[in-house]
Amino acid sequence: MPAVLSDSSAGHGEASQSLAHLVEHAAQHPNTGPKWVLLIVLLPVLGFVLNAFYAAFGNKSKIPAWTTIALLAAAFIATLSMFLSYEGTPYTVQAFEWFNLHYGDKSFVANFSFYIDKLTILWMLFVTGLATLIALYASEYMSHDIGAGYCRFFAAFCLFVFSMACLVMGDNMLMLYLGWEGVGLCSYLLIGYFYKKPSAVAAAKKAFIVNRIGDLGLALGVYLTFVHFGTIQYAELFANETLHSYINAAATGDFSHIPAQAQWIALLLMVGAFGKSAQFPLYVWLPDAMEGPTPVSALIHAATMVTAGVYLIARFYPIFLVSEHALPIVAWIGTITALLAATIGMAQFDIKRIMAYSTVSQLGYMFAALGLLSTTGAAFHVLTHAFFKALLFLACGAVMHGFAGQLDLRKLSGVAWMKGWGIVGVTMLVGCMNLAGLPYITSGFYSKDMILAEAFITPGYRMIGWILVFTAILTAYYTFRVYFRVFVGPEHAEPGDEHDDHDDDHHSDHFHPHAPGWAINTVLVILACASMLSISLAYIQKAEHHGWVGSMVAESSASYHSPYAAEAHHAHVEHADMHPVAGPVGTAAPGKVFGMDAHAGMILVSGLGAIFGVLVAAYFHGPKGWQGLFIGGRTESGKCRMDAIARRAGPLPRLAENKWYVDEIYAAILVTPLRIISHVFHWIDKLLLDGLVNLFGFLPRVFAWIIRPSQSGVLQGYAVSMAGGLAVLLFVVLVIVMNSGGAA
Amino acid sequence: MNHLNHLVQAMDSVQLAQMSFPAELPQTVLAPYLFVSAAMFAIGLIGFLTRKNMIIMFLCTELMFQAAGLALIAFGRHHLQADGQTFVIFVLCVAAAEAAMALALVVLLFRHRESLSASAWKELNG
Repeated sequence: MPAVLSDSSAGHGEASQSLAHLVEHAAQHPNTGPKWVLLIVLLPVLGFVLNAFYAAFGNKSKIPAWTTIALLAAAFIATLSMFLSYEGTPYTVQAFEWFNLHYGDKSFVANFSFYIDKLTILWMLFVTGLATLIALYASEYMSHDIGAGYCRFFAAFCLFVFSMACLVMGDNMLMLYLGWEGVGLCSYLLIGYFYKKPSAVAAAKKAFIVNRIGDLGLALGVYLTFVHFGTIQYAELFANETLHSYINAAATGDFSHIPAQAQWIALLLMVGAFGKSAQFPLYVWLPDAMEGPTPVSALIHAATMVTAGVYLIARFYPIFLVSEHALPIVAWIGTITALLAATIGMAQFDIKRIMAYSTVSQLGYMFAALGLLSTTGAAFHVLTHAFFKALLFLACGAVMHGFAGQLDLRKLSGVAWMKGWGIVGVTMLVGCMNLAGLPYITSGFYSKDMILAEAFITPGYRMIGWILVFTAILTAYYTFRVYFRVFVGPEHAEPGDEHDDHDDDHHSDHFHPHAPGWAINTVLVILACASMLSISLAYIQKAEHHGWVGSMVAESSASYHSPYAAEAHHAHVEHADMHPVAGPVGTAAPGKVFGMDAHAGMILVSGLGAIFGVLVAAYFHGPKGWQGLFIGGRTESGKCRMDAIARRAGPLPRLAENKWYVDEIYAAILVTPLRIISHVFHWIDKLLLDGLVNLFGFLPRVFAWIIRPSQSGVLQGYAVSMAGGLAVLLFVVLVIVMNSGGAA
Repeated sequence: MNHLNHLVQAMDSVQLAQMSFPAELPQTVLAPYLFVSAAMFAIGLIGFLTRKNMIIMFLCTELMFQAAGLALIAFGRHHLQADGQTFVIFVLCVAAAEAAMALALVVLLFRHRESLSASAWKELNG
């Protein structure tokens, strides 16, 4: 269903207003900024080089970690200064000239330069901030690998931050692509960090290959942008006259005059976003990526790299607006992914994997928000999700680190009550509450509410709204399933597989959990505080921009003022020129939920849903007594009330546990045929091509085998050949003589 | 005295040759000479190919030489020309020179291997 924008004057005015922003800011593109902004990009590069030197010189201390933390903290301070000194107009800072080609009246310009506007600043703040915190966490987490592995980890870490900076801060699509590929590479290097483990290597390959499929879409999108608009630099692109005319046409709902070529750009960029941000059908790499160390999962696969897809769509929002089907597809794929991943997460037992599916699901929310014309909602959810998801992953990592790699929730219980684990327990609770979106007291609630409300405001998307609400209930359920199983209840812990590695020196048959040290605890506390403090962001500039994030997004290329937002805040909905699109539930008055204004109604519905999810989790998985909110019944770590139901519920739980066999389907449809084809080609190559070449080598051997006996060394042999030659000669002469004699 | 009178007269070589020979041999007499020559050549060839003793092998080559010489003479007589005989003189000279050289070689070869067998020099394996 196309997102038909109302042709009311209000709608047109809103679209033109965002257009005016673009023109105004784009026209000022010759604005160049201060050169110290380049530090944000250079410091991680320096970190990479230094860590490489440490590795080369065989460093065996924690110096690589301290170096990385110091450099990334400096980058964060530079980002803060950039934010504080930002005057309201975007500017570019050039590092050096890269491609500057002019031929005839056309040109291809793509310099190594950076485009700073509010969207960039928003993204870089949490990227550099989280990178610093997670580097601090990793300094303790990776301490078992001190030596070459430690240096390698932090080198790849710094390279990742550099690539992410290029991606987010780049001034043209080529820089974006450079950063895109760079983060993909670093993701591969870091997932495959334990390169001696076959499962880790396979996971790294899978991540890279699935990402590559998305990268093809992105590359084609970049090419098509250049072909159609003649430029890939943001400033020129957003000032392009053709693009403005398309946006004007799209604002009135008339997509027929926008050429297919321009509409395809958005569809191709979308494929790239799906690959990088793990949306259906390209999400299969993210759960496997949990083979990497936990800091990697937290930074790359929760907070930064996977938000690159969201950033891509937000940055190129004008191009997405002119494409008739792109944003609806984004919305629906996001919703489907959210639901699918939530159902799988409900049936997993590995807590990191549950968090991974949760990430996929929440990314689905962000994409749905983008498709619902709410970039503010998407960006706010990116921000809050970055904090609480990183927190959740780091807490799970602390558990994994302390219990020798044990991640199965059937084998752990009551961790929060163990000595030294108090902080982990509390911060995990904060993270779980945010993910579930408990009303009013968590920042996750505000960001999710923004998205859900948008779904009910925009006509034609009510179905998406209800699916997302249902998914929110599931989210609350599986999140607190983890909490009620692992962190409360009777104390029980079975060590994981890494028990044998560190065991030889002390105790051999008695396992002691290894409580986290100051670095891990500090980072967890900081992230928990950040999650809670982000609530305030929803209230800053609430009236005019829907919060601080809205104010950041409003003056960037991602700003779009939905014409429906104004309607939902009024009690009356009737507007003479507004045409609700007939959808599945389209006949209901748009903007209303249960007869209430959308925002108020959504607070009620999602709040109740989250609480309901928590209570269900408590009933099925919570321990007896107050820890399980007095409705739980679990007395040991391995069994709970859910087991009986799961056994009798038929095939569904097993299907969900096996990830709906998506990986197996891919293997059957794609991987196995490709493997068969590759075997066929291998044999063709071996028999045909190698055979042909070998034949050419074989012929001289045959020839020699025939001729060689003549070199027998027997004197008479040579004489025989001479006599034979003589006979042949005589015969020839005779024949000639007889013929000429006969003829003459 | 008749001969000297003939010499005083100016005559060409053919007439002289014809006068120095008796009556022309009938055609069929040529064939036996050629048969003998061919037989000698064949025997020499086969002997060369089958015998291992180097001196016997050389003997066979000499036999082949003589067979060729016999054929030359037979044809010269047949065409009533002295060319055949002339060439045979050359052939005999060459044969003699070659005999000297070949036997010298055989002596040298014998010194290295203490054997007159040609198979003593078979070092290639084929």
